[in-house]
Amino acid sequence: MNAAAFAMDPTRSGYVPSKRRGDEQPVRSQLDMARGRLFAVMILFLLGFMVMIGRTVELGMRENARPRSFAGQIEVPPVKVGRADIRDRNGEIMATNLRTSSLFADATQIRDASAASHDLVKILPQLSLADVESKLASGKKFVWLHRKLTPRQKWQVNALGNPAFRFEEEEERVYPHGRLASHIMGYVDVDGRGLGGVEHFFEDRLSDPDRHKDALKLSIDMRVQYALADELETARRVHSAIGAAGLVFDVTTGEVVALVSLPDYDPNDIRGVSADQLFNRVTQGVYELGSTFKTFTFASALDQGIVSLDDGYDATKPLVVGRFRIRDDHPKSRYLTVPEIFAFSSNIGTAQMALDVGTDGQRDFLEKLGMLRPSTVELTEVGAPMYPAPQQWKKISTMTISYGHGIAVSPLQLAVGTAAIVNGGRLIPATLVADSDGYQNATRVISEKTSHTMNMLLRMVVKKGTAGRADAVGYRVGGKTGTAEKPANGRYNRKALISSFMGVFPMDDPRYVVFALLDEPKGTKETYGFASGGWTAAPVVRNVVLRTAPLLGVAPEGEDEGLYQQVAMKINDKKGH
Amino acid sequence: MIAFSRNDNSVMSRWWWTVDRWMLGLVVVLVMTGLWLTLTASPAVAERLGLDALHFVKRQTMFLGLALVTVFGVSMMSTSLVRRVCVLGMPVMLLLMVATLLIGPEIKGATRWLQIGSFTLQPSEFLKPFFVVTTAWILSSQFGGEDIPSKRIATVLYGLVAGLLVLQPDFGQTVLISAVWISQMAIAGLPIMWVALAGVSGLFGVGLAYALLPHVASRIDRFINPESGDTYQADKALEAFQSGGLLGRGPGEGVVKLHLPDAHTDYIFAVVGEEFGAIACILLLLLFAGIVVRGLAHLLDEEDPFRMLAAAGLIMQFGLQTLINVGVNLVILPSKGMTLPFISYGGSSMLALAIGVGMILALTKRNRFIRPGLDPIGWKAAE
Repeated sequence: MNAAAFAMDPTRSGYVPSKRRGDEQPVRSQLDMARGRLFAVMILFLLGFMVMIGRTVELGMRENARPRSFAGQIEVPPVKVGRADIRDRNGEIMATNLRTSSLFADATQIRDASAASHDLVKILPQLSLADVESKLASGKKFVWLHRKLTPRQKWQVNALGNPAFRFEEEEERVYPHGRLASHIMGYVDVDGRGLGGVEHFFEDRLSDPDRHKDALKLSIDMRVQYALADELETARRVHSAIGAAGLVFDVTTGEVVALVSLPDYDPNDIRGVSADQLFNRVTQGVYELGSTFKTFTFASALDQGIVSLDDGYDATKPLVVGRFRIRDDHPKSRYLTVPEIFAFSSNIGTAQMALDVGTDGQRDFLEKLGMLRPSTVELTEVGAPMYPAPQQWKKISTMTISYGHGIAVSPLQLAVGTAAIVNGGRLIPATLVADSDGYQNATRVISEKTSHTMNMLLRMVVKKGTAGRADAVGYRVGGKTGTAEKPANGRYNRKALISSFMGVFPMDDPRYVVFALLDEPKGTKETYGFASGGWTAAPVVRNVVLRTAPLLGVAPEGEDEGLYQQVAMKINDKKGH
Repeated sequence: MIAFSRNDNSVMSRWWWTVDRWMLGLVVVLVMTGLWLTLTASPAVAERLGLDALHFVKRQTMFLGLALVTVFGVSMMSTSLVRRVCVLGMPVMLLLMVATLLIGPEIKGATRWLQIGSFTLQPSEFLKPFFVVTTAWILSSQFGGEDIPSKRIATVLYGLVAGLLVLQPDFGQTVLISAVWISQMAIAGLPIMWVALAGVSGLFGVGLAYALLPHVASRIDRFINPESGDTYQADKALEAFQSGGLLGRGPGEGVVKLHLPDAHTDYIFAVVGEEFGAIACILLLLLFAGIVVRGLAHLLDEEDPFRMLAAAGLIMQFGLQTLINVGVNLVILPSKGMTLPFISYGGSSMLALAIGVGMILALTKRNRFIRPGLDPIGWKAAE
């Protein structure tokens, strides 16, 4: 050991005090104090590091306070509870849910937003590149990219292998029948909230987590719905109508069995759907429905004993009231019996009858029939009727309203009122829900006897009057045609018609009201240019009855001609009399 | 290196046998850890800045290599050489700081940097070790009772340095320099009363800075009342520690770090917290604490006042910088621009620290077989 070499090293003066310091004692004491203070500094540093360690432990343990996701896992919003199915009266699925995947991104894991968005837009070309890129560059932990991908798109996105792209399982509302019952179903938004039809009206019930396995059963029969839609669509095409509406209504229960409004839409994809398509012409649209309204005038006059089948009115010439002239579409220019006025749809006769009933009598009766208040059917899309205010409901109003002008109601209101006339006189509110007990709250509007008489008159319209084309052989169809001119610019447009037929069958024991309406139909060669209800709407009802009566449990039968003898003999339908 | 014979009297051999090998070992471990952590923390920042993912890693590797060479090189210096370099380097750095104030570009509201080629030089970083050693030299002169107003001279020098730092303004460095200086004064025998007074006037100085310097005010405001301003960095740092938990998310798996500003520099400790967990953070803290405590404890039996004061000052500077940085990361101190020694990315501060650590090693070289107060001959005889 060469320790001496170290001792002599001038740089190694550790234990040798500096030579220039003569007095060693103060140095010693100063050094001792320095050591003490150095020790204190050391303790302070140790304390400082202990504080840091303590804080680190505290922060590190804090993770236990809230559940932390591990790599590859992230908090996903809770999967939504399914929305209840909607079925028709026979259990046919009208709306259900499919599990689909929706794409979102954990933008914190995106390394190259530009490349990732290019890849994604190749798979989902409907997305905007700039939009996706800004979302991916946002740095947010959760950004929606696209909802409800197809399985193929999901596979392709997964094949990109980008861990930032994740999927959330969602349920998508699906309407297997597409546009067939669009106005009944309505539609839902991307989050499954009902925005129209029963989806909207029953939103709380359909989204109730406790009832999501319990399907909503509607009164609709999809088979009947299909027949009605098919016939209306055909007629609409043949007559180049801008729209059409139809309804099959159970007169004994108030159930709507079929409801069609054209044009319609596909509730599975409501993008780009126009307001016209969304418009429900059956419940939302209110129209001056024309002569179909005469049913009510006759029912009130007969029920109050103001006229009988033996009476009649003079219809030789148009009726002049002030500056108005009331004329007939099918002028007979003679004295007409009450059954003839109904069968030939004489405005002149009906207006005089209404004057005998009186303004108050007419308004009270229409009020009782529910014509003056919106329908209570289970839809949000319900239109309010339009009619003169009491002080404006004058004599001329009474006369025009008697044949369905000057009052606008929805086809559904008309059907409900007609049902009350033919079912023995009980007004039953319309419903879209199966097994509804609404018919127990029925109110009587006319006597059974009057109802029976009305049924005979309605049948005569088909057998001898304006609705011969509605006669579905074997099904004893009755009804009333209606041809109204559409008001435009303050006057009626003779070329723009609302042509309808309110059919009822079977007339000897009415079960269903079948209504068909064409909005601005054009005459064809087959109809000899006529576009009236009897020529355009009545055949629709005939075809619907022929197609659906077997489904609805109505058997074709031979008719007991004796039943209508009393009325039939009062109608002279010979030409050139 | 173990191969040095004890008979070998070469520079290298003498260095090896006298250097504080524990300290050296801890510093080498720290440098290696720094390289590894830059590898995980910096690519995210590099990509965010549109640079090559390994941009910072490459540069940091170069800096750390340079730092290690510097540590070794400086540690070979003798005590007197250290003293001379520092006492002469001090005025040079002071001039550079004045130059910085005059011609340096203003970055984020402060003029701290000098642009030299592709490097930015922060003279105040190099000033710190020189100032500490110079102060130690001045203070040590009065050991032995000589009538030199060393404390007054040291105070004047401190006032000059602190004034320049405040002008930049660099609040963090001022606090650091002040704390180290007053500790050195205390070790050199400043009465406790005066130390306490200095502490009070230090607080008063902080209050003055708060009143006069808007950016200091806003930082302190934000720290005391997070609602008063943008606490994004602090929030993200806390989030990072919580995301990491005890065991961390795994190397490179950090998520919060992607949004942590200065993740590779001032906030690298939070990244360590997220990716390696609280336990790794504690190990890192223990490594730093080991260096500080080992260094200070080693000085307790130092007989030379200059070496004791200089080495203690340098170690305190190193330790305080660590504590301030970690405190900021753990959100128990307001945000300051202070790097974590050898871990944070950055050339200027690392080189300055390497010089400081090299000087610590140079000043603590000793023959461990010769105990102070023992007669070497007696020791030899006892053998």
